[in-house]
Amino acid sequence: MSTPSAFPELASASTPTGGRADLRPQNIKDAVIRLAGNSQDGIQTAGALLARLAGRSDQEVMTYMTIPSTISGGPSIFQVRIGSGEVLSAGDEADFLVAFYQHSYQDHINFLKEGGVLLYDSDQVQPDLNDKRFLYVGVAITGLTVEALGGTAKDKGKNIFVLGLIAAIFHLDAEKLMGLIRERFGGKKESLVNTALIAFQAGYSYPVAGLLARRYEFEVRPKTTGRAQVTMDGNQALAYGLIAAGVRYGAGYPITPWSTVMETLRSELPKYGGLFVQAEDELAAVSLALGFSYSGYLAVTGSAGPGISLKTEAIGWASMAEIPLLVVNVQRGGPSTGLPTNVEQSDLYQAVFGSHGDSPRVVLAAANVEDCFYIALEAARIARKYSTPVFILSDGSLATRIEAFDEPDLKSIMQDPRPDLTPRADGFKPYPIEDITKHAPPGTRMLGGKYPVVTGLEHDEFGHPTGRPALHMAMTAKRRRKLRQLADELPLPEIYGSPDAETLIVGWGSTFGPIREAVDLARSRGKSLASLHLRHLHPLPNGLDGIFARFKRIVVAEMNDQGIYGFGQLATLLRARFCDPKIQSLTKTDGLTYRIKEILQGVLQ
Amino acid sequence: MSISDSTQQTIAPEPAKLTKKALTADHPTWCPGCGDFAVLAAFYKVLERRQLPHENIVTLAGIGCSSRFPYFVNSHGAHFIHGRAVPLASGVSLARPDLHVFLFGGDGDGFSIGGNHLDHGARKNIRMTYVIMDNFVYGLTKKQTSPTSPVGYKSKTDPTGAIDQPVNPIKKLLAAGATFVARTHATQINHMIQMIERAMDHDGFSVIECLSECVEFYPGAFDPANPRKGGEFKLIDEKKWDGTPEDEARHDVTDELAAYRLANIPFPGLFGVFFESDRPTKNAMERKWVESSRKKLGDPSDLELLQSTFDRMK
Repeated sequence: MSTPSAFPELASASTPTGGRADLRPQNIKDAVIRLAGNSQDGIQTAGALLARLAGRSDQEVMTYMTIPSTISGGPSIFQVRIGSGEVLSAGDEADFLVAFYQHSYQDHINFLKEGGVLLYDSDQVQPDLNDKRFLYVGVAITGLTVEALGGTAKDKGKNIFVLGLIAAIFHLDAEKLMGLIRERFGGKKESLVNTALIAFQAGYSYPVAGLLARRYEFEVRPKTTGRAQVTMDGNQALAYGLIAAGVRYGAGYPITPWSTVMETLRSELPKYGGLFVQAEDELAAVSLALGFSYSGYLAVTGSAGPGISLKTEAIGWASMAEIPLLVVNVQRGGPSTGLPTNVEQSDLYQAVFGSHGDSPRVVLAAANVEDCFYIALEAARIARKYSTPVFILSDGSLATRIEAFDEPDLKSIMQDPRPDLTPRADGFKPYPIEDITKHAPPGTRMLGGKYPVVTGLEHDEFGHPTGRPALHMAMTAKRRRKLRQLADELPLPEIYGSPDAETLIVGWGSTFGPIREAVDLARSRGKSLASLHLRHLHPLPNGLDGIFARFKRIVVAEMNDQGIYGFGQLATLLRARFCDPKIQSLTKTDGLTYRIKEILQGVLQ
Repeated sequence: MSISDSTQQTIAPEPAKLTKKALTADHPTWCPGCGDFAVLAAFYKVLERRQLPHENIVTLAGIGCSSRFPYFVNSHGAHFIHGRAVPLASGVSLARPDLHVFLFGGDGDGFSIGGNHLDHGARKNIRMTYVIMDNFVYGLTKKQTSPTSPVGYKSKTDPTGAIDQPVNPIKKLLAAGATFVARTHATQINHMIQMIERAMDHDGFSVIECLSECVEFYPGAFDPANPRKGGEFKLIDEKKWDGTPEDEARHDVTDELAAYRLANIPFPGLFGVFFESDRPTKNAMERKWVESSRKKLGDPSDLELLQSTFDRMK
């Protein structure tokens, strides 16, 4: 939650020094630490270690990073928000900014809260000390790192030096952190582990006490769930969710920000007896995945928007031939090559409508990193039950964001990946008009002696091509009907916040956290506000109109353009579905995640 | 237990002998006289001879006249989209070693819209048997120039005669790394049967270019190789490895450069096996990776594996 600065009582750099033990501890609940440098400095590594430590300490954590879409690096940030309470967003403003370079300072100083701390590399940065809004802590990070490591390392290792500094300032568990450093660098050369540990020790033993009047300790809140936390990014959660869902085969092509899902599956699936293929292009990737699914193993393909565009024809085949398929779209800014390393939710129309012909498909969107895991299970369940393509929408912010969440109860959720090859009785129909298609994969004995052909041509119940008008009508209805049946079984999402509020914010995907935080903040200021999060976007669950009826205003907040008619993509779908003029739209296209105040300003204007 | 070992095999009554009758499905929609009828007949013959388990035969295709094939064979089958049949078949082949994957298509599907996939299927050496019925014309869309139409061929898109140099299918396949490359002619049924049998016995990406006349839009195209029409069906003289002096001059199917030279012989060219190599398949290499990684991990259950991964993320 956006609270007043966690650092209200910092002394200036000139405060008389004392030993660290002399410092009065100050308990904090929530801190946003932004590391700003260049992408080659390893600030992601330092930030990820902090996030993992928080996860291991049963704290809530969320990270946010930007990566330049250039080949050889450039300015980059990694932001870690650690909290003892619920952490819903990566934070609008930083409590603590670490600036490695002058440009880092200049670009990010305005993200620092008033009263926040600027920790800067005094070898590289000359801050404007006359700006009294902030507290300044200069440490010769470059020089001290070189001094500590000596030799050829140069300033490589200053990320870990800074991690040591942060550990000292926030009174973090140094032993645990050193353990994490050993795990992180352990697979590499022994000398690398040692170098990292020396850099960490050098930072940790730096007399920060001389610079700060307080040491900060996170409040310890005993956890109630009794489950350990796991810490990972959204793409990892998605990949492992697919494995838990019984997905053993897939194919893809490299594209940011999807690639790491593919890389994880390529390394992991063979361990489970499966396979992920790096295909020659996106069209081959989706076709391979359909080959896997046709052969009886529910398969996945994925990409970002440009790649999904290329897969579109084959996904239409999956709708027509009624082959189950999971299609992951880790959305980035579009159209065309667009903003490869930024975030946008502008591929919803593509997911829902992106095909020639009437081609029903299912669209789900993940809310946060934890949900990336569970949405994969939900998508696989639907794909199998309804023999249909299912889109999983994630985005560039979820892809790289690290969060800690309760370890899933794998024993109760792991799905059996094996194809059903039990012989099928005489009279088997691959496309029964009155029932949901359940294919007999190749290798299945057909006891009536008649073997099925699956096809993208319009067909009769046996799969024979036909252009008969009555059959095209009946089969189009069959494919549509199964999604209506799915809608009947979908749970209605719960209202968050004040049920008696005038305004309901509706969101989907990664705006889940920021919208909830906005509701919390509004309510803490005495304003009533409510929100509703949609995981199932197509089909929509039944009964949303009943929820909407309770509010005076429905504002759909999403990260895409308002379009020609003034409404974002979900807002347009909801208006088309419910014909309700109360449904309004809040959109943005800056390629960045929502800040809490943007939502509040937009909604409560 | 890797998943391919654990597919649910069920015991059912002993299957009847695989006859032409059991293999026949819909009556082909091809024009009377189309070369593709003969290819279908040859395929039935091969399946009758081989007596593969009926349920393990898979017939796949993309789009085109010849790609209607799966409807005419009573086997598991899929009729996919234009040009992407090779990756579809690759998925089936890689996931299901128990299946016999047969892929049928035409020159447009294989060399034009699907040309890139042909190259990569060949390069990766994915196990399947692919028969490309090459008729030098787009028939389904009624006479447009195809990637194999010879220069000068008059079509609806080249009314004054084709001007683009055609693809040489054999050279394309050799360059891409196909491990079995053969050529046959739809009027030579015994040769077709022989080539299909050799192709399906080959452990790898095996491709047969089968000249198959489009009687509607390119009649007589392959007469120069049809003895009954005054042409000559010239076979590749393969080495017999019998140590005789005349064997010296014969074609060694493992000699890639010699295969190129034979492929350069002008139309109607030669028929038979141009090239065959025993390079390991992707199927085998991926399987090896699966086996070695599972062995290293001590053959854990799926649950144990994922749990241990999550334990490392705590």
